Amino acid sequence: MRTITGIATCAAALALALSPAFAQQKSQFEDYQRMTAEGSPVELFELVGEELWTKPQGPKNVSLEKCDLGKGPGVLKGAHAALPRYFKDVDQVMDTESRILHCMMTLQGRSREEALKRPFGNADKPSEMEYLAAYVAGQSRGFRLNPGNRHPEEKASYELGKKLFYVRTGLWDFSCASCHGEEGKRIRMSELPVLSSPKAARPLMATWPAYRVSNSTFKTMQWRINNCFRQMRTPEPNFGSDTVNAVNMFLTTTAKGATYRGPGTKR
Amino acid sequence: MMTQWKLGVALAALVVAPQVAAEPSDREVQQIMKHDFHPKGQAKMDRLEQDAVQRICTATNDRPPAALAKTLEGDQMKAIVYPSDGLMGDWKEGAKIAWSGRGMQWNEDPKKPSGGGCYNCHQISPQRTSAGTIGPSLTRFGKIRGNGVETQKYVYGKIYNAKAYSLCSHMPRFGHTGSLTEQQMKDLTAYLLDPNSPVNK
Repeated sequence: MRTITGIATCAAALALALSPAFAQQKSQFEDYQRMTAEGSPVELFELVGEELWTKPQGPKNVSLEKCDLGKGPGVLKGAHAALPRYFKDVDQVMDTESRILHCMMTLQGRSREEALKRPFGNADKPSEMEYLAAYVAGQSRGFRLNPGNRHPEEKASYELGKKLFYVRTGLWDFSCASCHGEEGKRIRMSELPVLSSPKAARPLMATWPAYRVSNSTFKTMQWRINNCFRQMRTPEPNFGSDTVNAVNMFLTTTAKGATYRGPGTKR
Repeated sequence: MMTQWKLGVALAALVVAPQVAAEPSDREVQQIMKHDFHPKGQAKMDRLEQDAVQRICTATNDRPPAALAKTLEGDQMKAIVYPSDGLMGDWKEGAKIAWSGRGMQWNEDPKKPSGGGCYNCHQISPQRTSAGTIGPSLTRFGKIRGNGVETQKYVYGKIYNAKAYSLCSHMPRFGHTGSLTEQQMKDLTAYLLDPNSPVNK
């Protein structure tokens, strides 16, 4: 599957590189994007995720089918689009992956250490969390993003995320806004979305988690935020921590109202 | 101006939605972050300790009052250590350092030399097209500014500590943080200023 995608990608990239017509570059780039989306193995991730979701695991040998992602035990339709939100049972705001982790621990009786042994996978071996996130997110296609915004903890999470976006930190003094704060900027050839603006946040949050064609991996939002901090030269944020979930809350709230159409396919 | 605007929004929010959650203070945000991170590889927790520059830039949304900025820039300037044997290194080495984006991340071997990651943000040599736009273009820098001692000092100092020149600059402090060695910063200075460097062709 990956090889086929790889060949298609190479062919598309080659066609792009060989094109002498500069004026046509934009539309050809869009073609390339569409082609990569069509050849994406996202569906495969969703299918494996469904298998893992229904597979009895852990010391209690039960599946995740009774997991309550905010819409009630076992209700997946539209759940991802309504996250992050406050969960009374943990008195905390959680996003999709944090809640999946919570269900692994409570329903399946797994330890946090064991469940988080490998939160982020690679091309050879994607992680359990990535498969599960793909499946859960896919069940929200067609739903509008509508993260929690009524509970005081939800409002506090949003406010924290908004502030975190502008905190100068790490060895190199960056904030999120250092790269994502000004219109029309690039790192090398990568365009940088201004994530505090709904215009940029909506199409992005509508397609995470996502498959990345460039390194044949499936990536979650927890990974995306973790990887930004890595490049900011900070220590590593804890998986599912208030900090990461608050950044996610800020981004999702900024994108509120966008119709979820992920998991997406990115360059 | 900024304060008035913020005050206005806060007051309006109070009238319209009295239950609106308060922003956490900068201090609270720092406490939350310290709780939510762990050291990994070479990236230890001390990297979250904000110094005066980071604190002021965070608190003022990168727009510090002029007088305060001047004082803090002066402090940063005083801490710049210039090499005693000249500021111009080897532009060929500088070209490699400018291009390399590795270094100082938790997944990287700290024994291997860091790059400057300069091309992430700056156009530099006209031959290199894969260049970012967060910082200004430095193409023909030496050709435009010359390569006199004062210009050398400016370039070396700016690489060593960009905050000495513009307090809330988005450019990292490569010398101040020990991210680049003295020799590497000299090589980068030469890359920008040497008449034989492709930057000035």
